[in-house]
Amino acid sequence: MKFRPFGRLAQFGLGNASLLAALLIFGTAFASEPSSFKMDSTADHSKFKELQQSFSSGPELTKVCLGCHTEAAKQVHRTKHWTWDFLNPENQQRLGKKNVINNFCISVPSNLAFCSSCHVGYGWKDASFDFKSEENVDCLACHDTTGSYRKLPGLAGHPPYKDMEVPPGSGKIVKAVDLTKVAQKVGKSSRDTCGACHFFGGGGDGVKHGDMDSSLASPDRDLDVHMDATGLDFTCGTCHKTSSHEVPGSRYTPVGKDQGGAHMRGKEDKSNPATCQACHGQAPHKDGGLAVKLNHHTDKVACQTCHIPEIARGGVATKMTWDWSTAGKLTADGKPIIKKDEKGRVIYDSKKGDFTLGEHVRPEYAWFNGKVTYTLLGDKIDKNEGVTHINKMGGSASDGQSLIWPMKVFRGVQPYDPENKTLVTPHTAGNDDTAYWKNFGWEKAIDAGMKASGAPFSGKVDFIKTDMSWPITHMVAPKEKALGCHECHAKAGRLDAIEGVYIPGRDANSLVNTLGWLAVGGTLAGVLLHGLIRILRRKH
Amino acid sequence: MERIYIFTRFERFWHWTQALLVISMMITGFEIHGSYSLFGFAKAHQIHTIAAWALIILWVFAIFWHFITGEWRQYLPTMKDADKVIRHYAWGIFLGEEHPFVVTRARKHNPLQAQAYLAVKLLINPILWISGLLYLYYNELAALGQHLDLATIALIHTIGAFMMLAFFVAHVYLITTGHTVTAHLKAMITGWEDGEGAHLAKRDQ
Repeated sequence: MKFRPFGRLAQFGLGNASLLAALLIFGTAFASEPSSFKMDSTADHSKFKELQQSFSSGPELTKVCLGCHTEAAKQVHRTKHWTWDFLNPENQQRLGKKNVINNFCISVPSNLAFCSSCHVGYGWKDASFDFKSEENVDCLACHDTTGSYRKLPGLAGHPPYKDMEVPPGSGKIVKAVDLTKVAQKVGKSSRDTCGACHFFGGGGDGVKHGDMDSSLASPDRDLDVHMDATGLDFTCGTCHKTSSHEVPGSRYTPVGKDQGGAHMRGKEDKSNPATCQACHGQAPHKDGGLAVKLNHHTDKVACQTCHIPEIARGGVATKMTWDWSTAGKLTADGKPIIKKDEKGRVIYDSKKGDFTLGEHVRPEYAWFNGKVTYTLLGDKIDKNEGVTHINKMGGSASDGQSLIWPMKVFRGVQPYDPENKTLVTPHTAGNDDTAYWKNFGWEKAIDAGMKASGAPFSGKVDFIKTDMSWPITHMVAPKEKALGCHECHAKAGRLDAIEGVYIPGRDANSLVNTLGWLAVGGTLAGVLLHGLIRILRRKH
Repeated sequence: MERIYIFTRFERFWHWTQALLVISMMITGFEIHGSYSLFGFAKAHQIHTIAAWALIILWVFAIFWHFITGEWRQYLPTMKDADKVIRHYAWGIFLGEEHPFVVTRARKHNPLQAQAYLAVKLLINPILWISGLLYLYYNELAALGQHLDLATIALIHTIGAFMMLAFFVAHVYLITTGHTVTAHLKAMITGWEDGEGAHLAKRDQ
């Protein structure tokens, strides 16, 4: 007998529609039955007696957290998120937020009470901060799920414990944080918690990175194919696979060329790179006639180069240039000035100088092997060299460790000491008589800042051009929006400036071209002349 | 009118398929080279690669055919009467003289023609094929430890392409130099070379 399941089903016909309906109703009822317990965690923190009380400060709450999570603070203490200090094992440079200088808000040490609103701790306002203190670890900065936990600049890493007017005199009130509520709802880190700092690097939404801004809190597929809130819905931690509070993926020692394969569950593997290859392997293109040739590119071209065609695609502009040398202009009655462009974005601020912003920015491209060398405080710089590179990106076509990467290159003009020939660390933020943003005097601000940094300052101030490169890796577009071949395989294409590699369509030997076209043209001229004579002779 | 059957069906099929493939490879190849933009790089690359494989398959059959039929002897180089042919193209053709070469089944091509085609088969084609396959597979070769310089491969491939294009231009012109302008073309379409006088010789040698 033939097996005809659908034939049998058809015999039931419409007469059995009621049975079907009953099945559907039962199915729906089953699916919508409310669960009486959580599935995303084995602990409901709101049920813990210890958290059913009010807390007057962050550290007071942390002590309670540590009552159960006994190792958490010690783990956090080992991380860059806590120390803001990092010794690059490759070149012995002392890096980390508290040491490096950039060309955005420049430096941390004399501005700690403001900068430390992005520190995973409480109370770091100056060098006296106790890095051994476990209760000073801020659990909520990363584990809040309510969206109501916010640390404010100027409070040295504390959230507001009482209602505050920010900025003072503005009439805008920031509510005191409800620590009990936040504590009872703690959970895993999210795009929001990471983003609270990393989306706002450089002093505002999207300012620093270009490939990270608040649009990634809930992106669509076009903006980020992995984080797509209605699709794959990755959190930051999906790629930055964190273990013991150590978040992989570093801008100080990035992986320029991950030559490993896709990571396999259970396989012994000590590496934990936050790279594309960690999941996609070395031959990621599977379908279509071009797959093989596209896979041929993976030894030279970073995935990001084709798959992140533009940065700042989510509607938030990123800063492209910052000129500190024009800061300090005041109105006739001594008030600071703010200028905005037609879209309402600040392009001049007396505190900071001139900016330019960009959306849908095409990255610049460079060979990059993951080795970054910073220009640190004390390193000699020379204005005659044109542009001082805040960070030099290592890499070449021939070192075997480099891929062609997209970069946001941020260009600035910033204060330096022309006598000592060093960068400087101005004291910008603060309600005192040296802070630049209050007093608009460079000499006093730099003098105070350099004292906090423990570095000599000649008292002279000049400005120097700088640039800083940011390898681009976020905002991965869906594959149909990846770059087409012609974007690079063309003259004056995206990789026009890339040296050391032959790119068909861009490169050609001009001698061979000249001789070749001469030979072809000569042949053509010869046969045309021959033909012309034949026609004129009219014989043949 | 005398007629002689000089191009068999396979030969004509081979010739015209090869013509189509070579023309499309030249058009797409010079686009990949960056000389102009027509199909777009991706499409040009795709057509070029597909045509390359089609041509390789066609050539496998053609080589087989040449050896089985003995037709490869058509391309044996000779200088016999070459001077007369040169004189004809340089001078006699303008006076309406008959072509000095006598076409036979055993010798379809005049000595210059035969040498030109031999050069295509033994010089231009191998340059293009070898450099082309290396171009396609240099990543695989690199994976095997053979690191070739893509610029050199591309350079050689481009030289071959220019030679092919120059040959193509001359070839297209020279087919108009039969006893009528279209005689050679007709022969390659129908297989039959027809005409009057001494340029045909029916006797097989």
